[in-house]
Amino acid sequence: MVNTAISVSDLSKKYDDRLAVSHINFEVPLGTVCGFVGPNGSGKTTTMRMLLGLITPTTGQGHILGEPIEHPERYLSRVGAMIEGPAFYPALSGHENLMVLARLGGFPVERVQTLLEKVGLGERGKSKYKTYSLGMKQRLGIAAALLPEPKLLMLDEPTNGLDPEGIQEVRALLRDLANGGTTVFVSSHLLSELEIISDHIVMLRKGEIVFAGPIGELMAQQQPTIIAKSLKKSDLKRIVKIAKDAGHHAVIRDDSVHVLADMKWAPVLNEAAFDAGITLAQLAPQLPNLEETFFEMTGDK
Amino acid sequence: MFNVIRAELRKLRRPTLFFGTMGAVVFFSGLFSALLYLLIDSPQGNADRGQVISREVLALASGGVQGFANVGGFLGIIALCVFAAQTAQEYTYGTLRNLLVRQPSRMKILIGKLISMIIFALAMITISAIVSIGISAILAPTVDVSTDLWFSSAGIEYIYTTFVNVIISVVGFGIIGMVLGLLLRSPISAISFGVLWLLIVEILLIAVKNSLQLWLPGYQLSTIASGGTVDVTYSHALAVGGAYVAFGAIVASILFVRRDVAN
Repeated sequence: MVNTAISVSDLSKKYDDRLAVSHINFEVPLGTVCGFVGPNGSGKTTTMRMLLGLITPTTGQGHILGEPIEHPERYLSRVGAMIEGPAFYPALSGHENLMVLARLGGFPVERVQTLLEKVGLGERGKSKYKTYSLGMKQRLGIAAALLPEPKLLMLDEPTNGLDPEGIQEVRALLRDLANGGTTVFVSSHLLSELEIISDHIVMLRKGEIVFAGPIGELMAQQQPTIIAKSLKKSDLKRIVKIAKDAGHHAVIRDDSVHVLADMKWAPVLNEAAFDAGITLAQLAPQLPNLEETFFEMTGDK
Repeated sequence: MFNVIRAELRKLRRPTLFFGTMGAVVFFSGLFSALLYLLIDSPQGNADRGQVISREVLALASGGVQGFANVGGFLGIIALCVFAAQTAQEYTYGTLRNLLVRQPSRMKILIGKLISMIIFALAMITISAIVSIGISAILAPTVDVSTDLWFSSAGIEYIYTTFVNVIISVVGFGIIGMVLGLLLRSPISAISFGVLWLLIVEILLIAVKNSLQLWLPGYQLSTIASGGTVDVTYSHALAVGGAYVAFGAIVASILFVRRDVAN
């Protein structure tokens, strides 16, 4: 009995002399939502394409739903995917575009209208794809990915172009699918959204894995931050010095000092600042979030 | 395979493409056939490149399909454009990745696409034959061309033979279009290259060196449609044209199966 939806070992892709993906290893358990994050050009889409059999890996192995990625015909009928945004025929309607894919995959064509309604395109299904807004195109892409009633759903930036309501709907949809047993592997730049819905995280940087595992484990690895603001901006550097003298990493960011320290150290910092004649306007411990963690681990900010 | 063909036919039957193409087929089939009779006494000739096709020739059993055979090369160019556009658009729209996720067998995609486009071409050729023979039958008596032999048993055989020859020619042109679409991955580039080659480069090359008409691919395929010419026999055109089409199809298939889909 296979209990991983995706399993990747030593997977690499080389273009000329550049390694787009470098010897990555990770697993995604069945029935989870797994966020796939990394800066632009970190190799997320290349990895997804290798998993879908669209490009051939240079080295390594991968398994999808227990089947090797060298044989995509064994698993793709159970996989839904939207890679690098929606791609459809502009002169066909949304309904016709889905019919093309339904016929091709041998899926029941009655599912097309149901899915259009599920993604909020029931009324516009007969309109040509070229008349759709970016958000509508994105919704059609999600509907296409759901055609096979997938066991594994792979989505690349599914919330691009969606309004806040649309983003919430997609979030709820993905959670529902996961609750129904579908494994969701989703990349997004909206890290706050991923943090809410993901059970697992795979983080890439320059083609290499920075972290892969349960999101709780990732957060537990991160030190909490104390954010301090002084009345006078000129005192910020002095607060940094106090923190560093006490052995804590500290930086000035957005007119406040971010000190990597347990929240128990906050009263100590308050006292030290008072003794140094600094009046603090704010002193708040902050638990790490995915966005902060991402920037710290990928070194993007 | 059947699923691929059905999916592809859904794309091919969209009204703009289907009725636009069939409209062009009706117009040019009618024009080519009408000019054969309307210009029958013109000193500039009534057929391709100033050829004169006399009343006596048109009154033969093969006369009824003369216009249809003449339009065969033009149908080939239309097929080249449709096949090239339908193939290359998968790259420009990025839809190839959707197709391959739903049908991972690349050969099935390629063969299914080809079969569906051949079905489209058959519709095109049938309409062209009906329009061309119909207009010929209407105009022939107005310029004193006898149609008595056209629908005799020999005449019917000519209709069948020409129909098959035009199919071979048009499918050959279509496959070349498909190969160009796969190689160039852009409808505009594939159509421009194909049409420029067939309508300008080949004609110029033959004008400079007449013996090249034995070896240029477009000329061979047009010759197949007309059942052979004085200079190029039907069997020679079939062998050389077939070799070009087969070689191009093999190279393009290997590339399509092996190439990464990275767009």
